[in-house]
Amino acid sequence: MNKHTLSVLVENKPGVLARIAGLFARRGYNIESLAVGPTENEDLSRITVQVAVDSQQVLEQIVKQLNKLIEVLKIVELEPAASVSRELMLIKIKADPASRSQIIEIVQLFRGKTIDVHNDSMTIEATGSPDKLDALLEMLKPYGVRELVQSGLVALGRGSRSLSDRAKIEKTRPAAVRLAN
Amino acid sequence: MPGESPRAMTGAQSLVESLERVGVEVIFGIPGGAILPAYDPLYDSKIRHILVRHEQGAGHAAEGYAHVTGGVGVCMATSGPGATNLVTAIADAYMDSVPIVAITGQVASKSIGTDAFQEADIRGITFPITKHSFLITDPLEIPHAIAAAFHLARSGRPGPVLVDIAKDALASMTEFVWPEELDLPGYHPVEKPHSKQIREAARLIAAAERPVLYVGGGVNRARAWDGLAELVKLTGIPVVTTLMARGAIPDSHELNMGMPGMHGSVAAVGALQRSDLLITLGARFDDRVTGKLDSFAPDAKVIHADIDPAEISKNRVADVPIVGDLAEVISDLNLALRDVDLPDYGTWVSYLQGLRKRYVVTDFEPVSDGLLSPEYVIKRIGEIAGPEATFVSGVGQHQMWAAHLLPHELPNRFLNSGGAGTMGYCVPAAMGAQVGLPGTVVWGIDGDGCFQMTNQELVTCSLEGIPIKIAVINNRSLGMVRQWQTLFYGERYSNTNLQSHRVPDFPKLAEAMGAVGLRAETPEEVDDVIRQAMAINDRPVVVEFVVHKDAMIWPMVAAGTSNDDIKIARDLAPAWEGEDL
Repeated sequence: MNKHTLSVLVENKPGVLARIAGLFARRGYNIESLAVGPTENEDLSRITVQVAVDSQQVLEQIVKQLNKLIEVLKIVELEPAASVSRELMLIKIKADPASRSQIIEIVQLFRGKTIDVHNDSMTIEATGSPDKLDALLEMLKPYGVRELVQSGLVALGRGSRSLSDRAKIEKTRPAAVRLAN
Repeated sequence: MPGESPRAMTGAQSLVESLERVGVEVIFGIPGGAILPAYDPLYDSKIRHILVRHEQGAGHAAEGYAHVTGGVGVCMATSGPGATNLVTAIADAYMDSVPIVAITGQVASKSIGTDAFQEADIRGITFPITKHSFLITDPLEIPHAIAAAFHLARSGRPGPVLVDIAKDALASMTEFVWPEELDLPGYHPVEKPHSKQIREAARLIAAAERPVLYVGGGVNRARAWDGLAELVKLTGIPVVTTLMARGAIPDSHELNMGMPGMHGSVAAVGALQRSDLLITLGARFDDRVTGKLDSFAPDAKVIHADIDPAEISKNRVADVPIVGDLAEVISDLNLALRDVDLPDYGTWVSYLQGLRKRYVVTDFEPVSDGLLSPEYVIKRIGEIAGPEATFVSGVGQHQMWAAHLLPHELPNRFLNSGGAGTMGYCVPAAMGAQVGLPGTVVWGIDGDGCFQMTNQELVTCSLEGIPIKIAVINNRSLGMVRQWQTLFYGERYSNTNLQSHRVPDFPKLAEAMGAVGLRAETPEEVDDVIRQAMAINDRPVVVEFVVHKDAMIWPMVAAGTSNDDIKIARDLAPAWEGEDL
């Protein structure tokens, strides 16, 4: 299975996420991670979805099926070399006064932050690529992970162009379908 | 009408005015609590509302109407169970790309999500089976939603669109403004095919030795029959027409090899399996056509033309994908092929014509138990009614016999549930077809199982003056399932015996519903009852044909096996002469 990251620009309307999630479920596509949020344009939302597929043909089907959803405006695949991507992770870890400084040292190596401390625990915030976060987690596991939460991957293409440029939003909107009558 | 000033009215009035603006003439539906406000202005509208007896009937009737008219069929229901009863018909329309708009009432916007009386999330329920859907809680949005729903239903790849409207949006005052344009920034169906792909297709056709035109239901939706006839004439390439495309070119045409698939003709299945080029027009490599996919048409390159890019390379990778409206694709292809020297496909054509002559699907065994042969009955209905009639079938053995034995000489005259295989489709779809084609002959070919699912719409037909004719091919069984039990489950007939010998008494049932009821049990009676039915045009007619229950539909490719293993009778494979083609 190969992982691919799709950035999907959608109309910001109720039910869009349900349509997309439902499409993946119904057609048996594997979602590795999903992140949804507002964009620079309040009429639009952006969904970053990471899929695992066993062939290029399946990826092509996913893109085509997503494109059939009326509220989907644009889909691009973000190639790792031509994009930047990040995940956010919060980790609550067992920490007594003896282990605390060792943990802080590890977290600093990964440019993470300590955002909550108690007598017997601390909570770490870290962002980065999935690989980096995995590595951090491996290092922290021996101390005892109490709880962990992770965001979906968010990603942007490198360079100055934007997805809404590519979707030609400004041009498309006024040139909507003219009614015959 | 650009620049018209807003007019004050209720949401319900806005809905009815919008439906009038998009040209709706007929709605099939049933009122109820949440949709009630809409029925008040509908009472004064010029739109004809046909009060059906079950919402599923409204949905299938809308499909039948859409299929024959080429327009959009409309069904209407209330919230909750009214809406969920539409689900089967919506799913059916989705599978067969039938343009319908379903309008449902929803509980008041404040009650949505509270499990209110008759609340169902019909939009959520139908996400996977609609082309698009709207939930309207603001009455200002009604005109745009209706205009967009009809545009979406009929353009691109047609399909069902749901408009769910909260009761308070219908009841409250609003301003009606008809939209001058539609705000659908994510919807751009490609209609004009790419000229490079057309040239590439022409090049492959010119290089092929054993090409086949694999024609599917898209040709009906695009109404591309004339172009197809020209393409066949121009190239002399043999044709197979799928279940959804029967009649797209006449069955009597010397290059028509018939229907491919699980119950396809030997010539059609053989044509696909031995082809070196499939010219696929509006077909989707459905499993019922391909059989075991990896052994389907093993030597063929594939040209695949479809309005829906997602169909291309979904099941079988296309060598030349063409996205576009089929009418335009075929017309461009005809233009491109005029300048190309095409090879002589004579050897290939005569091989297939030999198969077609040798394995005639119309052959059937004489019946041993003195009852009627279902094949004979269906064939006679076709012969007496003639190719001008519209035929609507249910789902099962009778559907397959209808696909082979009716006179498929004219396009768009055969309606059935292909993708979904919805038992119960026949009676209500025939009703919708008859409403769309008043004054013409509409015959339903139904089974005793199917008929018992939706026959109550005959009441609607009687009261609304919709004179459909329904043949109930009564074998007292769920015949297709029984056939599988015979072949694959050691003749263990678990729950396929409907015992419908006189229970129900179909002619009496018909008469109770205001229709004429007839019955034939011997070959001598067959023509007589068909002619009696043909003579009645002021009421619906039901004719029960009591047929042999062990008749089986052949040929058959068993599920999950290769098309190469087609059988023309139990354990009998065709002799493939000239294997070295």
